[in-house]
Amino acid sequence: MTRVLPLACVLACVLLIWMAAVVPMNWDQAQALADDGAQWQDVAWATLSLDRPLLPAPHQVAGELIGSIAGWPVTSPRSLVFHAVVTFAAAVVGFVLALALGVALAVGIVHVRTLDRALMPWVIASQAVPVLAIAPMVVVVLGNLGLTGLLPKALIAGWLSFFPITTGMVKGLRSPDPMQRDLMRTYSATPRQEFAKLRWPASMPFLFPGLKVAAPLALVGAIVAELPTGAQAGLGARLLAGSYYGQTLQIWAALFMAAVLAVLAVAAVDLAQAVMLSRRGGRL
Amino acid sequence: MTVLLLAASLAVGGSVLAWLARFDGPVFRAATPVAFGLLVLWLWQVACTGFGVPRVLLPAPLEIGRAIATHLPLLAADFQQTFLRAVMPGWIVGNLAGLLAAIALDGSAFLRRGVLPLGSLVSAMPIVGIAPIMVMWFGFDWQSKAAVVVVMTFFPMLVNAGAGLASAGAMERDLMRSYAAGYWQTLAKLRLPGALPFLFNALKLNSTLALIGAIVAEFFGTPIVGMGFRISTEAARLNLDVVWAEISMAAAAGTLSFALLALLERAVTFWHPSFR
Repeated sequence: MTRVLPLACVLACVLLIWMAAVVPMNWDQAQALADDGAQWQDVAWATLSLDRPLLPAPHQVAGELIGSIAGWPVTSPRSLVFHAVVTFAAAVVGFVLALALGVALAVGIVHVRTLDRALMPWVIASQAVPVLAIAPMVVVVLGNLGLTGLLPKALIAGWLSFFPITTGMVKGLRSPDPMQRDLMRTYSATPRQEFAKLRWPASMPFLFPGLKVAAPLALVGAIVAELPTGAQAGLGARLLAGSYYGQTLQIWAALFMAAVLAVLAVAAVDLAQAVMLSRRGGRL
Repeated sequence: MTVLLLAASLAVGGSVLAWLARFDGPVFRAATPVAFGLLVLWLWQVACTGFGVPRVLLPAPLEIGRAIATHLPLLAADFQQTFLRAVMPGWIVGNLAGLLAAIALDGSAFLRRGVLPLGSLVSAMPIVGIAPIMVMWFGFDWQSKAAVVVVMTFFPMLVNAGAGLASAGAMERDLMRSYAAGYWQTLAKLRLPGALPFLFNALKLNSTLALIGAIVAEFFGTPIVGMGFRISTEAARLNLDVVWAEISMAAAAGTLSFALLALLERAVTFWHPSFR
């Protein structure tokens, strides 16, 4: 209760402020559309139900969301679920790529000193580079090579999200202290056994926070990768089309759908962590 | 021939790297990644010229360098539009607003419990998606890009500053109370300095986010200048050397701001265990 009540209050406040902002934001447009001699009450009511409002009212966004989710079959390009699935698929493939690359890089960095010295600074520097800037080029070049659709988007999503996984895994694989490693040596464990029985399990508590950062990043990558090419499907395409044709409701609905997907992605990582926890007796 | 040269370069470069990595000390620690970068550039150049990779797929490093040199005024104009007009003001305003909001929330545990979880939730969301809305509200010019940057940087700062302000221990607070320090004195002398590592975390994270936000917002409509605009239009016209020049500039701007912030952090939080 102490956790839910403040959240509910703040959410209610946000909603109220939103509602209150709708009237002044849309006032000019509503007034321009109103009949001559319309009372100010009529104009105020009209601000809540414009076709292309500057700021749509919450119930309009909810209506658009429900309409575009439930109003069309899932396979129709008018259905928001269709676009969400297209984007989510690219994000998931990218996330899996990032997981594979991130873990492989981390294993290499931890075990090969040359890689550690030569590669790690670049991995860190890659964090300061606006990776999304290369998205248009990757999409165009891969399109030239005949690769369109899911793969270019997945590559960008993967590139954007591998960093937190790599750094988390490097930290995790290095987390066993010398005492524990000495113990493994007194058991005459081979390096491979030490990796499988000590380093790998020890790295899991560091992997999951990295995954939790990476999952929403993969989603951002997939959405942005859809922008520069005029993709036909996906939440990014939906945002872009809405922006071109001034379909505000469509933009807001796509935005809320993206937020829902981000929450789902983080929840999925949480679930995986919970499964891992219970299999390891409540301790990570 | 090219394959042989590539293999030889790889072998020589690899052994040089392995040799460099064996030594300790600041010089060798810096030399290894630099050598690795040079090796990658060299392999890239050899592969591009050797295999005759078409320029519309991957321009060689030298061509990119030539593009940077010939398009310098263009690059400078884009840099001014995107970095100086959109990224910097947006980053400053967003961070300040986040910090002030965190301080304002500080008085009430109720508000904190309501806002901070929401803030971390929002930080995990694809906020760049608000770009079309901001373009609709603030127009095509830099104002809409700065607005996207403000929103993108606000939440990480809010969450980090909230955590930082909470990080002062009970002992230190008791000490301040025994000095009869008031709320603002405790804030200025104990809790804000104690929050600095958290604040710098957010500042560094936000420096990248701000660049991403401004560049992506330019994909949604912009006057005919700006890094995001140039990248998307020149990529569509297959002028990849210009695109790479623009990307090199974005990378340099991002890395430099990050490095400057890291230096500043070192100077300001010299007392933190990670620097001692």
